[in-house]
Amino acid sequence: MKTFVGIDLGSTTTKAVLLDEDETVLGRGITNSRSNYETACSVATEEAKIDARFTLFRREFGAAGTLGDQVEEFLGALERSFRLEQFLEQLTDLEETCTRLVRGERFEKIGEGVKAALAEVFRRLRAEAPAMYAPDADRKSDFFRDIAGSRYLALAEEVGRESGVPYDVLLNIYDKSIIAVENRPPSGSLDEKFKNALQRVSKEKTDAASVLGKKAEHALGIELEETYLVGTGYGRVTLPFSKEHIRSEILCHGLGAHMMYPKTRTVLDIGGQDTKGIQVDPRGIVENFQMNDRCAAGCGRYLGYIADEMNMGLHELGPLAMKSSKPARINSTCTVFAGAELRDRLALGEKREDILAGLHRAIILRAISILSRSGGVADQMTFTGGVAKNEAAVRELKKLIAENYGDVTININPDSIYTGALGGAEFARRAAEGRMEGLDA
Amino acid sequence: MKPSVVKAQPQDVLKDASMIKQKQMMAAHYDRLTQAPETGAKVASTFVPGNLNELIMCFDLVNNLPEVNAIQSGLRKQSGAYIMEAERAGHSEDVCTYVKSDIGMMMKGNIGPNGKKLPDPDVLLLSYTGCFTFLKWFELLREQYKCPTIFLQTPYMADGKVTPNMIQYMVKQLKEDVIPTLEQVSGVKFDIDRLREYLKKSAQAEDDLVYILQTGKNKPSPIDAYFGGIYYIGPIFGAFRGTDDAIEYYRFLREEVDERLAKGLGPVTPDGPMAEEKYRLVVEGPPNYTSFRQFWKMFYDEGATVVASSYTKVGGTYDFGFRHDPDRPLESLAEYCLGVYTNRSLPMRIDMLCNYINEYEADGLLINSIKSCNSFSAGQLLIMREVEKRTGKPAAFIETDLVDPRYFSAANVKNRLESYFQMVEQKRSGKGAAA
Repeated sequence: MKTFVGIDLGSTTTKAVLLDEDETVLGRGITNSRSNYETACSVATEEAKIDARFTLFRREFGAAGTLGDQVEEFLGALERSFRLEQFLEQLTDLEETCTRLVRGERFEKIGEGVKAALAEVFRRLRAEAPAMYAPDADRKSDFFRDIAGSRYLALAEEVGRESGVPYDVLLNIYDKSIIAVENRPPSGSLDEKFKNALQRVSKEKTDAASVLGKKAEHALGIELEETYLVGTGYGRVTLPFSKEHIRSEILCHGLGAHMMYPKTRTVLDIGGQDTKGIQVDPRGIVENFQMNDRCAAGCGRYLGYIADEMNMGLHELGPLAMKSSKPARINSTCTVFAGAELRDRLALGEKREDILAGLHRAIILRAISILSRSGGVADQMTFTGGVAKNEAAVRELKKLIAENYGDVTININPDSIYTGALGGAEFARRAAEGRMEGLDA
Repeated sequence: MKPSVVKAQPQDVLKDASMIKQKQMMAAHYDRLTQAPETGAKVASTFVPGNLNELIMCFDLVNNLPEVNAIQSGLRKQSGAYIMEAERAGHSEDVCTYVKSDIGMMMKGNIGPNGKKLPDPDVLLLSYTGCFTFLKWFELLREQYKCPTIFLQTPYMADGKVTPNMIQYMVKQLKEDVIPTLEQVSGVKFDIDRLREYLKKSAQAEDDLVYILQTGKNKPSPIDAYFGGIYYIGPIFGAFRGTDDAIEYYRFLREEVDERLAKGLGPVTPDGPMAEEKYRLVVEGPPNYTSFRQFWKMFYDEGATVVASSYTKVGGTYDFGFRHDPDRPLESLAEYCLGVYTNRSLPMRIDMLCNYINEYEADGLLINSIKSCNSFSAGQLLIMREVEKRTGKPAAFIETDLVDPRYFSAANVKNRLESYFQMVEQKRSGKGAAA
């Protein structure tokens, strides 16, 4: 089937959305942007394709109808099995990379011993991998680096002790290899991994598993053809895309918000390093926009900085600020000044929640100013970006919008982080459509 | 992965013949200025908007324009250091950066773009007050040079028109204050026939300038009326209005533009002739000078040509019929001062910009708002809204500065411009397409 990919290369994370020909979202993928946009781009796209596979499985199962709980169980098992396949593949890459490093003068005498030790470490890693992906296993992270890293170190210490190979040699080899592995775009065929995963799951010879397994196999036969791709976001210019595959993030956010909520007329996006106020027409076409200019005061990073200053997690700020009944009046949106003001007020004995509520209000005041410069707020408004997940920021926004613009519906989508990528994917779909029409004529 | 930045070397930069000629003229003028102590010529410092070059020449005075000096410092990447120097001396970060660049340059020995010391002025002639900062600027220069200062007060066109009263008021000042003081400073007796002669020459060059700027109405436009336009206005708004040099330059330029027009060619950019005209823009506001080339490139790389701009009317406005008139010499000097772009009320500026968008068939309006220039920036958001409403064309707003390199954030400006161009594209093609 034809699919259309939108990729949003943000300063913090890279997002991908896969659309089908009916403008339905098939899959979404996200990864950290790293310092390597190209890898981030292919990882996010692959993640979106994996997500899309599961959408297709569900569609296929949906046609069968009545298996209910067993479908969820099956899909859960399939996903864990698939992640295990992915993990094993990267583990192989890591082992090969590590082994390749064992050469040269340094290893002249100990080379064979080190190679044997590495082989043993990876054998044990591979052996314990299935347990890491068992139904009730608790994984602290989904990133390969985190999962493989901690276990490698533990096993290397063990094996080193047993075989007499110095631990720091094994550690050094790992440190050099992991960066290369992590920055390598994903290799190997997705279908192959799905087939292996499916085989493992289908071993449990229940009726449901075999019925679902067959259907999944059928769904796997549907090829996901990457018909057209559009990139947006900060990293877009560094991508090996030609110009017609690049759209501005303003346009993508406007269109994405329109697709999520067709009655959107105003979009507010507060991301890590910029705040955008966008006005769109009934078709999602951008009419006007404003962004913060010379300075990123009052953007997402502001909250990150405050969280660091207060020794809190970013996600803890909102809930604490919600407890405030008497928000402090803080005018500065300069991140550095806010830090000073924060310490000052704490020293004066003001409550943490009141100060935090004041800081959230300051951010939203700045956003309101950008919105008013872009032409104000029209009904409905859609709020996107990382800060839209912060309940205290949302509360202040609702208050200030009501005060300044009256009764306005404010939409916040749980998938709002994908707004830009969604718009990009739709641009891709339209571009492909245009091209096909062109060919027909 | 960093994008490789290919920086064009100076010898790679393409210039058309008129641009080279213009540069030579400017260089010759700077030589004339810096040689003043040897030649014994006296110097009048004055501002670009509504300057009285023809009158100044009547007294054999050489014209020195501090704003142009600041622009030259900006283009030569020296303004940053000058501005810091002025800030160290106590000038706030928010003060006009032309002023600070000029003050900083003075403090560092007042070396002009030709590497030689600029002369001290013998008289300060402030002929225009649409910009209130000019007043304060000359106050500082008067303190420094202790020379006679003339203040020709120009009434603001708040009601959108020039009244006979305004003209009388200005002519009276010219007769009773400006001319006698200039006679005193220069030791040259005023001769009105000499002025008439200069004004006749001005009008001739002005006709050609208007013709050139209006070629922007063609598709494709053979000129860029903002980035290219800045070169075009140099002689007429500087020290050449009223001279044979200016007549010759504008005739030469006209022929050059006509040649491109006949061949259906677009403007010449520093990277060569513009390939395809994809967007036609009207630009409001001054440019950024510290990253002039980089800023321009953001336009021509995307196929955007500026077909009309308000900045090319900053010295005086000719496109609605005004010409210097030898039959009404002092009156037409007054009218010239009154008509400059920033002396026009907001409704007049809105009318002008709407008129440009319609007459030049532009795709939209772009405002480059200058951080340190209130006389341009005040009201620009209102202007934008109103122009959008009246023309139905999309507008965008970017923020930079004149000559302070700290206020040009290339990545942000580029991001905005690209978004704007795509927005224009989307609006154009989206009209028929389903949402």
